Amino acid sequence: MVNKTQIRIALRNCGLINPERIEEYISEKGYMALGKVLTEMSQEEAVNIIIDSGLRGRGGAGFPTGIKWDYARKSVSDQKYVVCNADEGDPGAFMDRSILEGDPHSVLEAMAICGYCIGADKGLVYIRAEYPLAIERLNIAITQAREFGLLGDDIMGSGFSFDIEIRYGAGAFVCGEETALIHSMEGERGEPSLKPPFPAESGYLGKPTNVNNVETLANIPVIYLKGADWFSGIGTEKSKGTKVFALAGKVNNVGLIEVPMGTTLREVIYEIGGGIREGKKFKAVQTGGPSGGCLTEKHLDTPIDYDNLIANGSMMGSGGMIVMDEDNCMVSIAKFYLDFTVEESCGKCAPCRIGNKRLNELLGRICEGKGTEADLDRLRNLGEVIKDTSLCGLGQSSPNPVLSTLDNFYDEYISHVRDKKCPSGVCKDLMEYFIIEENCVGCTACARACPVGAITGERKEPHLINPEICIMCGACMEKCKFDAVILK
Amino acid sequence: MAKIKSIEDLRKVAKEHRDSIELLVRENDPDGFVIVKVAMATCSIAAGAKEIFDLISEHIEKRGINAIVTKTGCMSYCYAEPTVEVTLPGKEPIVFGDVDVFKADEIIEKYIKNGEILEGIIPLNYRTAESI
Repeated sequence: MVNKTQIRIALRNCGLINPERIEEYISEKGYMALGKVLTEMSQEEAVNIIIDSGLRGRGGAGFPTGIKWDYARKSVSDQKYVVCNADEGDPGAFMDRSILEGDPHSVLEAMAICGYCIGADKGLVYIRAEYPLAIERLNIAITQAREFGLLGDDIMGSGFSFDIEIRYGAGAFVCGEETALIHSMEGERGEPSLKPPFPAESGYLGKPTNVNNVETLANIPVIYLKGADWFSGIGTEKSKGTKVFALAGKVNNVGLIEVPMGTTLREVIYEIGGGIREGKKFKAVQTGGPSGGCLTEKHLDTPIDYDNLIANGSMMGSGGMIVMDEDNCMVSIAKFYLDFTVEESCGKCAPCRIGNKRLNELLGRICEGKGTEADLDRLRNLGEVIKDTSLCGLGQSSPNPVLSTLDNFYDEYISHVRDKKCPSGVCKDLMEYFIIEENCVGCTACARACPVGAITGERKEPHLINPEICIMCGACMEKCKFDAVILK
Repeated sequence: MAKIKSIEDLRKVAKEHRDSIELLVRENDPDGFVIVKVAMATCSIAAGAKEIFDLISEHIEKRGINAIVTKTGCMSYCYAEPTVEVTLPGKEPIVFGDVDVFKADEIIEKYIKNGEILEGIIPLNYRTAESI
């Protein structure tokens, strides 16, 4: 049976049109929404449509897009800016890149519409330099849109002028935060600053600035073409429309998917994702990247929307979705994300800079078998303090992977600290090489391979590894032809 | 290119584009004109899509098949890259996954030339905004 859970709105043209030909986009009703807005609507009317649609920011926090536009529209200034946030930085997330590479005009059109709505004549795309193909296609798209008069002066004879430039980021995770992004564009250090003032009042170069994520923008033209009611008819009560997820990890069909808000994890993992690889058991799914948390079996039937994910200790984030099976150690997963956060923290505020470092060290100790039960309380306390006291979204959400795994997989932490065992067999320091007596033929290959003489035994008799001497190099396991050496 | 000055102009460009494809079909081979799309996002290219694109373009010409070969962005089937979509005249588009040199040859020889159904077809798994 063909599964039709997915609905393509943001990805409507991705993979169907040639992104390097504007005619193909125009053939799919491209720039019609811009034409409609410019010729038929006042700024206020146009903003109200987005408010009515219920569209919320797809970059992570889920702030209502229309309200954001309205703030920027009401700000009084001689110059305003529209910024597209293409600084996609979550490990495993690639929906923004896919949209820019597959349908760049949809983003440009939406930026022009936003420009009209808030009264800006200049747009900037902040994109990481490590997305060269997306940049190339954006440049082609901008040039073509200018040639066709869809960017530039007096668009469609409406008197409205708008042009777009590209700004390159160096790929710092924190620059996805809008104030840090703006500082980076100004040539300052990519560090966030306290809000208020919000960018809608004082943003790029101190002027009112509206920052939207790529996927958010890709939804905009369709809303004008199909109507706010149509859009708000899809999704749940408080989360409208669809969400694009980068489905990765231990599922059969990894891929880019777009589902209506309110779809359950079960539908995503088992119907679209085709279930867990090699028939293994589902363990958890990580959403929201380094800011998100892990959801488990008991959340499989929870409808996915902004509020449900937060209520369950995770978040929408930009839409990374990593599925894990029984072979994944949740303590190691938490540590993986903390490694990332520690690396990417800008260092401006102490809770994030020092707190995350300490959190990471605690996790490291637990993975090495040096943790205690008191460390688990420390993890939780410290995590909560970092959440409450950090300056920006990065620090405020960075302990989520730790806190949510503590909530959902406390047993696994206990095994690590009390029994000094890693149930999934991932934490090397908590495991021992071991010879299965029945399989060992006493060929002595392992004993000869062992560089530290940890293996003893008579020829033709089962051998034994002394864990006190063993340095965990694995040479014995490599040499054994009888599968007698195991790691457990 | 004359600048687009109105919604009417937009419609005109859209129509001209569609007409140009139709014309291409009519003038070349009304019964056998084939459209081939190769997904070429960064990740597709990393999986080998560029080689497949070049190979298919070259062989379509060599083997005298009337077709246009074009590139698109991500077709979203990461598990089956590189992916190639083929539309035979009067038929629904079909997406083939895991296309390597051999598979590409098979697609041209068997599916495009003879309409023979091959293994490795990815079922369409979504609805478009237009359809709801």
